[in-house]
Amino acid sequence: MKDNAESYVTEDGRTIGPVVMEMKNITLRFGGVEAIKDISFDIREGEIRAIIGPNGAGKSSMLNVISGFYVPQEGEVWYRGAPRPAMKPFQVAQQGIARTFQNIALFEGMSVLDNVMTGRLTHMKTGMMAQTFWYGSAEREEIANREVAEKIIDFLEIQAIRKTPVSRLPYGLKKRVELARALAAEPSLLLLDEPMAGMNVEEKEDMSRFILSVNDEFGTTIALIEHDMGVVMDLSDRVVVMDYGKKIGDGTPHEVRNNQEVIDAYLGVAHD
Amino acid sequence: MFYREAGDFRTTYKEDQQTFPIKFDRYRYYLVLFLAIFVVPFIVNDYWVNSLLLPFLIYAIAALGLNILVGYCGQVSLGTGGFMAVGAYSCYKFMTGVDIWWGGELLFRLPEFNIFFSVIMGGIMTALVGVLFGLPSLRIKGFYLAVATLAAQFFLVWLFNRVAWFYNYSASGQISAPERDLFGVLITGPSTTPWAAYMFCLFFTIVSAYIARNLTRGAAGRKWMAIRDMDIAAEIIGVNPLRAKLTAFMVSSFFIGISGALFFAVYLGAVEVGEAFGIQKSFLVLFMVIIGGLGSIFGSFAGAAFLVLLPVVLKVVGVDLLGWPTDIVAHLQLVIVGALIIIFLIAEPHGIAQLWRVAKEKLRLWPFPH
Repeated sequence: MKDNAESYVTEDGRTIGPVVMEMKNITLRFGGVEAIKDISFDIREGEIRAIIGPNGAGKSSMLNVISGFYVPQEGEVWYRGAPRPAMKPFQVAQQGIARTFQNIALFEGMSVLDNVMTGRLTHMKTGMMAQTFWYGSAEREEIANREVAEKIIDFLEIQAIRKTPVSRLPYGLKKRVELARALAAEPSLLLLDEPMAGMNVEEKEDMSRFILSVNDEFGTTIALIEHDMGVVMDLSDRVVVMDYGKKIGDGTPHEVRNNQEVIDAYLGVAHD
Repeated sequence: MFYREAGDFRTTYKEDQQTFPIKFDRYRYYLVLFLAIFVVPFIVNDYWVNSLLLPFLIYAIAALGLNILVGYCGQVSLGTGGFMAVGAYSCYKFMTGVDIWWGGELLFRLPEFNIFFSVIMGGIMTALVGVLFGLPSLRIKGFYLAVATLAAQFFLVWLFNRVAWFYNYSASGQISAPERDLFGVLITGPSTTPWAAYMFCLFFTIVSAYIARNLTRGAAGRKWMAIRDMDIAAEIIGVNPLRAKLTAFMVSSFFIGISGALFFAVYLGAVEVGEAFGIQKSFLVLFMVIIGGLGSIFGSFAGAAFLVLLPVVLKVVGVDLLGWPTDIVAHLQLVIVGALIIIFLIAEPHGIAQLWRVAKEKLRLWPFPH
């Protein structure tokens, strides 16, 4: 085990920082159903952390716990070295945690640019009165944040559609816009819920490239859920494997791939 | 071809974010403003002002307000009439000096406010009441919220009917606007000149539209629209839902209050609450917003113009041109307006504003199909 507060260098030369978020013995129940059973794992600064597992394993519930939608019955979420009190999702967002959804959750009635600009809302502090007359700080802030939003738009190569209403976009682009909106918040931790679901190989390659360069250029810590094993093994630094709400594996992709329990969960076990 | 934006380049974000980024639109807007301010007041007569311009301007403010709540923030409200009544009665109280009683004794009486500030106070009081009735919106949505605001409508009308303090204990139970002036020009009362009433309302309409536009194109508007489109995603992006909804109720009610104050003080002059601010008023303004276009500033104006103009046009055509009896035309009016609303909802749920957007896109390419 590595020390929580220290950084280390992986075999392929990536520097992984200290622990930013730690889940301690999380248990989440819906009535009689235990969606998550006593799971602990950590997320380190600057890494790409994957959460994998068969359908219904509790991966999305885990992400919802992190982003504040669900409050676990037992266990604590530690963020930046302190236990996090029960929070509303918007307070979690203000702490610098952004996420995307498995089924796209964009604002359909707004343009791509406006969607990305909503990602900047946590950085916009001007009061209503100044906005009323588009005066002074309101205008300056709007323009400054537009610049940041445009950088993200450039980065994700969606310049051509910035004024298009989101409802007119095809699926793959919507996924990209949703990533843009999450990135616009300049999060320190980015949660991606199946960023490549329903994409073809080419779109998956694009998305993988974007995820890697987000991690690389902005130094954003990323936790992602993904079903495509090839993608997960290539992208991630460490992998948590869940099955029926329990953690059955945790480690580098190489370690996880050779873990007998993981192989059993994915391929099934012969009952003799 | 008729409508061109080619060669109209914007090189800064400031230019790109202005209200009318296309030059053609901008100049047309300046032209309309110029005509409204410098030409119309000199040529209007009593008939034009009282049957067309004043109702249009005042309903446009109300429609703007309701559009912020329903069109931008997605919170359905049927309390518009009640909120207009709050604006009217607060305006009346501030015009005549608010008297505060305690235990049968007069504690103090505020000095009579100038008509301009009375109207503003009407807006502010309505904003406060709106926030109060907006509180349930955090828990309930859609139809259920509509019913909650309906309760506000009936409660407020009942309140202004029953509590004599609001109408200064007048025997008729009505409120009537005393003569008030601004810079020596009469604004309220029976001997007001048409142009003065027009200019007074025009000022409020322009400022309201300006404020509404600024709020909706900035951070506040994005918060509202985020809540409207998907409240879960809005929350995850850092929007406090309670705050966003309450600010929408506040701004919306402010405008509706202003329009109620103007409706009473400048347009009608004397008001009986159940008649002027009943449930049919709520529906009328809601129809304006729906027909004009949800989530569009231009749509608020278009909807108000449509529903104010339509009865007048039908009356002119029916009574004056065709010579039909007045009562038949009046009934026909209801039928036609009702039918048009249904047709609009089916054929173009996004209203006149959307028709206008489509027309612009077509004109841009005309005479080629693409």
